Amino acid sequence: MLKKLAGGLLAGVAVGVMSMSAAMAGELTVYTAVEAEDLKKYADAFNADHPDIKINWVRDSTGVVTAKLLAEKNNPQADVIWGLAATSLLLLKSEGMLEAYAPKGVENLDPKFVDKSTPPTWTGMDAWVASVCFNTVEGEKLGLTAPKSWKDLTKAEYKGHVIMPNPNSSGTGFLDVSSWLQMFGEKDGWAFMDDLHKNIAAYTHSGSKPCKMAAAGEIPIGVSFAFRGAKSKAAGAPIDIIVPEEGVGWDMEATAIVAGTDNIDDAKTLVDWTVTKKANEMYNSGYAVVAYPGVAKPVEHFPENLLEKMIDNDFEFAANNRKAILDEWQKRYDSKSEPKG
Amino acid sequence: MSSADAMTPDASAGGRIKPKLGSDDWIMRGYMIVLAVYLIVALALPLYAMLSKAFETSRFDLAQFEVQVSDESGAFKQPAETLKQINDRGSFIPEGDLATSSDGRLALTKFFPDFSFRSPVKYRLRGLDENAVYLVGSERFEGTAPAEFDSNTFRRVVIRPVQDYGLANFATYFSTPALFQSIQNSVFIAIVSTLITVSLAFGFAYALCRSCMPFKGVFRLIAMAPILVPSLLPGIALVYLFGNQGFLKQFLMGESIYGPIGIVVGSVFFTFPHAMIIILIALSISDARLYEAAVSLRASKWRTFWTVTIPGARYGLISAAFVVFNLVITDFGLPKVIGGQYNMLAVDIYKQVIGQQNFQMGAVVSVVLLIPALLAYVVDRLVQRKQVALLSARSVVYQPKPSKRFDLSCLAYCALVALFIISILGICQYAALVKFWPYDLTLGLTNYDFDRMDGGGWAAYRNSIYMALMTALIGTVIIFTGAYMVEKTKGFAKGRAGFQFLAMLPMAIPGMVLGLAYIFFFNNPANPLNFIYGTMAILVICTVTHFYTVSHLTAVTALKQIDSEFEPVAASLKQPFYRLFSRVTVPVCMPAILDIMIYLFVNAMTTVSAVVFLYSSKTTLASVAVLNMDDAGDIAPAAAMGMMIFYTNVAARLVHAVVSRYVLGRTQGWRQR
Repeated sequence: MLKKLAGGLLAGVAVGVMSMSAAMAGELTVYTAVEAEDLKKYADAFNADHPDIKINWVRDSTGVVTAKLLAEKNNPQADVIWGLAATSLLLLKSEGMLEAYAPKGVENLDPKFVDKSTPPTWTGMDAWVASVCFNTVEGEKLGLTAPKSWKDLTKAEYKGHVIMPNPNSSGTGFLDVSSWLQMFGEKDGWAFMDDLHKNIAAYTHSGSKPCKMAAAGEIPIGVSFAFRGAKSKAAGAPIDIIVPEEGVGWDMEATAIVAGTDNIDDAKTLVDWTVTKKANEMYNSGYAVVAYPGVAKPVEHFPENLLEKMIDNDFEFAANNRKAILDEWQKRYDSKSEPKG
Repeated sequence: MSSADAMTPDASAGGRIKPKLGSDDWIMRGYMIVLAVYLIVALALPLYAMLSKAFETSRFDLAQFEVQVSDESGAFKQPAETLKQINDRGSFIPEGDLATSSDGRLALTKFFPDFSFRSPVKYRLRGLDENAVYLVGSERFEGTAPAEFDSNTFRRVVIRPVQDYGLANFATYFSTPALFQSIQNSVFIAIVSTLITVSLAFGFAYALCRSCMPFKGVFRLIAMAPILVPSLLPGIALVYLFGNQGFLKQFLMGESIYGPIGIVVGSVFFTFPHAMIIILIALSISDARLYEAAVSLRASKWRTFWTVTIPGARYGLISAAFVVFNLVITDFGLPKVIGGQYNMLAVDIYKQVIGQQNFQMGAVVSVVLLIPALLAYVVDRLVQRKQVALLSARSVVYQPKPSKRFDLSCLAYCALVALFIISILGICQYAALVKFWPYDLTLGLTNYDFDRMDGGGWAAYRNSIYMALMTALIGTVIIFTGAYMVEKTKGFAKGRAGFQFLAMLPMAIPGMVLGLAYIFFFNNPANPLNFIYGTMAILVICTVTHFYTVSHLTAVTALKQIDSEFEPVAASLKQPFYRLFSRVTVPVCMPAILDIMIYLFVNAMTTVSAVVFLYSSKTTLASVAVLNMDDAGDIAPAAAMGMMIFYTNVAARLVHAVVSRYVLGRTQGWRQR
């Protein structure tokens, strides 16, 4: 029996040891908030040029990935971040968590998409832009007119028919809130959100869920982002993608090396690749705006006037006021329901 | 160890009495201490780490910085002042606002009411100690090097907080309505769900126990089915049944399923089997002699019910109530899926940690959640102790007599409950097969293409099975041998009591709290066990610990049934304890061991709460995938994965039944005589 006991304990130890050898040359742990269905495509395209480096994805929503990275601040598990909101990367940069590195060919990118420090700590990939998904079938059933602007969404007819992401956990939710505050000003921005709050059916954890809910007809109007809307439309959902006329918030997806990675060479290889023309062509399959000038081609189902409606986003404002904005938001809206049966 | 030495003087004295026994005792005590250390590392220390995190605060230390302001010409004539001095003079920031989270930032312009970014005034900033941290934009500066800024740059300067200890987090918690409202919500939902579940489960158990209706076995099986799925699954089913596109929506008469109604209905579903089993056992041990007495005293059926049945089952009812209360208040998956904007404590922990990266506040909510969970646990333990005392050797088992009307109404009632359970599972399976709800209802397998969704794909499913198998195997070995040592070690009362306490503790700890405690403890680079963070091993250890108590009790109960004469007999035959253990104890306890295994397996497949903080890219789990897919709006694939967990658990149960029958035939023949 002692043998059996010992066997059991040894098995336990073995589990630990086997899974210990995570950080090996030729393997990179990459944290990302890129849509799950695109990850395989990204990895395949990279592996076509660099078959010897295996990517282990850790994918979650923007808030979760940021939280994970911050939690692991003193003991980083990630080697590279590929596809996380620039606002989040600014936050990580101010914690000293990013390795400064100028990827080969970074000079080809639009300077708007590159960190201002020299050498830069992060490089942008593409912009993802807020949009409203409107389910035309359910809208007709409920007798709703399609909203044209953000302000329209506060009209009484939409009560309970609007769903948006919770800015605390969703990068899309945060870029909406930060863009309203930038466009309307602090005071009017919060006043707008107070009115909008009356119409909101629920605040979701992820930024793509509102559009998927609109696509499924569960809630007819979903505040989400254009890329998600285009995908759902391509999948056959009866939705229109609406660009509110006041202008729309946006954020960059960006890439960085995590300081302290024990695989810096492979990390550099990957980051070099992420700024290539080929990589940017790949980003373009879902995003109408990419970092490499001249690459972008129109994306199917993408609203036409999207680019001109993008606001002049102040990322530093967003990053440094993030906590204050989120605290205020939570104080105002996070206890929507009163306890009753 | 000194007490062990003192108790076995014969080991060194040359074996005057029974030298063999002495070394046995030594091994057993040593092994017990090893297991106790395991429980301390896997439970006590992480909880301690979490508690101390709750008291870890961040605040802006204004005495850390010194600012000197120039005049319009750029000449620094005024002396430098600390921010504290400036604030004391003008009180720009109230003292209470200096408390923040570890992510806090404070703009320096707030201290200068006449600040204008166009002004030619310059500012000199200097940290006064090595921990002074400030940012210019997102560029980080640390230490005491002085720096000079023009006004346009100065507006981008923010300072960062320092770490401190105190009660500030609790003060913040109780002054934020969005947070403490959850206490009321959680208690309210738990009480309502408990009342409904216990009433329904009592009726069901009563019908199984006291009627002669047909299909009892089938009903029992169906009633146990909810144990085999994650608690999120009823939430998903309710979305399809009563959501805005649900086909039973009109039954809600305009009320929304997202919120309290959904949480209560789902809670009733997933806690029903737990309550039903406890009440069923309580009802089945009641004494038939009392009913004979009631009949001979001509008491009415109604009166007998209230004076005999209910008092006889009262401990079972109370115990069931507290178990359900505890399950509901600590559950995370269900309110996450169906709770809408209705905040609950367990979800708050997730939101604070995952959504806002506020680990300190997550720890505070954990402490708050611990209180009702601990209370429910203590009451349950006290009640269970009394329940045992109720059993008497002279009790006669109650045998129901057929009564057409009563049996038929029991059948109708049970059929209704069974229909509820089956339809929840059925709708999930249907939704999983539908292509694009509600616009394209053709059936297909597109939703099973998990690799294109969040959550880890099919690898998550394989990981879950591996994790559940490891948990069942390793957990059973640890838990059963631990229980054996507690039961059969002679003397060493203090050590045994201490071990018993550690073994009972996990039941009182909500899964979310355990998971968060594991982050704080294991994800600390100073911890020598840090290397298991992010591995399968930490998931197995966490799950074994989370479900330790019930398995431990099962093992102890089985061991208590073995006559304590075996040990002296074995000792007098000079047989070492491990031979007795492997030749007698393990075979005799085989049914209990198999029960522990299946219990651990099923729970490891369905658990979300603890592991949601601990999985990594290589160790995604099916149950967490259900959560993440639902989070991303991929509700149909979430249902599909949930049903995969269900079928896997059904298969595991079947294997368990077959193995049990075989093993029973091999090892339990002695019971037949």
